[in-house]
Amino acid sequence: MEFRQYLASNHKLEWPYPIKYGEETRVDADVLVIGGGLAGSFAAISATAAGARVIIADKAPIVRSGSAGPGIDHWSRCNTNPCAAYAPDEMLEVNPPDPYSAAHVNYIAMNEAWACAKELESYGLVIRDENDEYAGAAYRDPETKLMFAYDYAAKDVLRLKGGEQLKPILYREMKRIGVEMYERVFVTKLLTEGGRSGGRVIGATGFSTRTGEFFVFNAKSTVMATANPVRLWAFASENIGSGAHEYDPHLDGDGNVMAWDAGAKLMMMERSHSGSGGRRYPSYMTGNSDNTWYGCIMVDADGKEIPWVDRDGKRLNTFDERIARAPGQRYWSPGGAKNPYRIRGPHSIADLEERILSGEYKLPFFADMTRMSDTERRGIFGLMLGAEGKTKIPVVETLTNAGFDPERDMLMANVLHPKYAGIPSEPYWDVKTAGVNGPNIRETSFLNYGGLLVDWDLRSSLKGLYAAGNQIAGASGASVAASTGRYAGRAAAAWAEACKAASPAETQIAAEKERVYAYARRDKGYGWKEIQIGLCRIMQDYCGDIKSKEVLEMGLWWLDSIRENELARAMAANPHELGRILGCTVRLAVNEIIIRQCLARESSSEALGFARSDFPRDGDADGQHLVISRRDGTTLVERVPFDYCASEGTPRECYAKHSRL
Amino acid sequence: MYNAYFVPNPATPNECVSFDESKCVGCNHCVETCRCDVLMPNPEKGSPPIVLYPDECWFCGTCVADCPVGGGAITLNHPINQRICWKRKETGEIFRVKYEYMK
Ligand SMILES: Cc1cc2nc3c(=O)[nH]c(=O)nc-3n(C[C@H](O)[C@H](O)[C@H](O)COP(=O)(O)OP(=O)(O)OC[C@H]3O[C@@H](n4cnc5c(N)ncnc54)[C@H](O)[C@@H]3O)c2cc1C
Repeated sequence: MEFRQYLASNHKLEWPYPIKYGEETRVDADVLVIGGGLAGSFAAISATAAGARVIIADKAPIVRSGSAGPGIDHWSRCNTNPCAAYAPDEMLEVNPPDPYSAAHVNYIAMNEAWACAKELESYGLVIRDENDEYAGAAYRDPETKLMFAYDYAAKDVLRLKGGEQLKPILYREMKRIGVEMYERVFVTKLLTEGGRSGGRVIGATGFSTRTGEFFVFNAKSTVMATANPVRLWAFASENIGSGAHEYDPHLDGDGNVMAWDAGAKLMMMERSHSGSGGRRYPSYMTGNSDNTWYGCIMVDADGKEIPWVDRDGKRLNTFDERIARAPGQRYWSPGGAKNPYRIRGPHSIADLEERILSGEYKLPFFADMTRMSDTERRGIFGLMLGAEGKTKIPVVETLTNAGFDPERDMLMANVLHPKYAGIPSEPYWDVKTAGVNGPNIRETSFLNYGGLLVDWDLRSSLKGLYAAGNQIAGASGASVAASTGRYAGRAAAAWAEACKAASPAETQIAAEKERVYAYARRDKGYGWKEIQIGLCRIMQDYCGDIKSKEVLEMGLWWLDSIRENELARAMAANPHELGRILGCTVRLAVNEIIIRQCLARESSSEALGFARSDFPRDGDADGQHLVISRRDGTTLVERVPFDYCASEGTPRECYAKHSRL
Repeated sequence: MYNAYFVPNPATPNECVSFDESKCVGCNHCVETCRCDVLMPNPEKGSPPIVLYPDECWFCGTCVADCPVGGGAITLNHPINQRICWKRKETGEIFRVKYEYMK
């Protein structure tokens, strides 16, 4: 007998919430938003403003849900703010978007990110240095009291002073305007007209992870905002702490799987990057000098500074040089030596690895803020770390309570082998990845990963289904999520106004109920953690650094086998565990989508972090994205040009036509 | 007295958050804030929540940030392998993150 079974049957260990398995609530609305993170919250607010009756469902409590729940420190693409050096159209020339980030999404964000920040300010978020705490700082505009990051001359990336309160403030605003919120409701399936694959989307089903109650949401339009899956290759809840996963642990790949099941088109699902395992400190705890700790001075064991250089290799000796452009450069963004030359900013020397190995720079390294000016030091240990997610309490409060003083002390950095650590755009000593102990894994957080293919209305290939935030193929970042949410909310409300409601197919609902509850009926079986780790093993082995037809096909075989065996014998002891097991079903399905897309791509791609040993030719120059979808059991593959959203005209023309402003 | 309980091993991390019973009023605000349902309401009303799923903690700290009581009623504890150290520049002394109050 399994110990938990023994415990539960011999002791009165009652679940603290009322159990409502099998009970069903039906709700109608104009617009359903799935996922109440940053994108979903903005979508719900803008659809409500457009006159729609809106419901929003989230697996988690909306007040703090999503990757941005604990806060964010920088708000990019504010190209319409009064200080910005480049307006959106000019920015397109100065910094043309990379083909693997959705160009229309980028343009929408450049036009609306600042409007989103101002909206947040009107809800009560502090976005300016009103009380002059940072007066005199080089990153602060004295007139508007706005503060900027990175390329100080461009003034397009806002340091969001009150960033830690982002979600609580959005939550209060949704409450105030009457958005109906369904929290801790795990949405599992899209309902389509007549239950047909490829049909119009008319709502979704879900269940409560506290009570087990079943929900049927019937809506004229749906905005999918569940972000991209993370930790598909590596998962360990045990012994990793904050390092276990960078992004929200609820991101199983839900929206991609639900949309795929309904017949929608997905793109770029083959993208991933290599990262380290879990030997890391808590996120942003020490010296991430390419991001939240931008520009922070790092020293070696003897106190020798790790040198910085500009894109031409010229040594930068002062802090002020680390925020300046190289001669002839019009714009740069952080991201280290691997950024394209045009926008490659100041960064620490690229050959640091060799110099460490040769003994020139001795480990351990330290983040030395004592050498920085007061405003720059507080800009990091105060402004940025006070706003960024998972840093206010886990870093600033923890270190301060333990006696750390940034004016006197130097924080030690991870002692790792540079080869096995970090994502490509950040310093190796503050590695960021989904981790387990072990050297090399792959990951899908932090860059522009795959997701739904959307048009200029942010509509997917299915009628009635819109997407926002990291759900969109090629989208990433907080201000992009907010901007696309705001935009998609308007589009979804307009569609809802123009169309009639349709009743869901009862057979579709009944089948889903059966599928969901099966795990809660067994009194014996596999637990979610072992299954999730097992699925990671499949991705490590069969969808790893080097792919080929043979290994990928073995991966599909394994996934089928897990589905029919272990997963079919999984058991949930309560509604919480039911959520985690349903998460595993999503993970299995998203792995399958990824492997199918990997199989369909018969070329490698450096940009996508994609290597096939049987098709080594790099296909980036072909200028095409691969798009996949599933209809009646067959995978359909098509190709779209990189500029797939340019056929209607220039970005400015398309935006004018579709933005509904 | 010696311990001899028939129980499974403690989950790791052992105690992602800890409560100061003299300060916590058992309002369950942290229970409602936690995205992962790490915390469950204590069957005994007014008592600190039960840490049921420490192994699911995301270490986001919002339970601490949003605690209406504050002042250490609830504290976030990084597991041992996440406790980092620093050097005082002037003296060369080394310090580290410790949770002195943890028994
Ligand atoms: C620690 C941290 C710091 C960051 N800092 C910055 C920063 O400073 N600047 C920046 O630009 N970006 C930052 N990011 C990235 C940024 O937070 C994300 O890009 C952004 O949150 C994406 O928004 P989203 O709405 O697409 O997804 P999320 O905000 O993650 O929201 C997705 C939501 O969907 C819900 N969900 C998922 N599946 C289901 C389902 N089946 N049913 C119901 N609900 C579901 C989840 O619970 C979640 O609430 C940071 C991320 C992290 C983790």
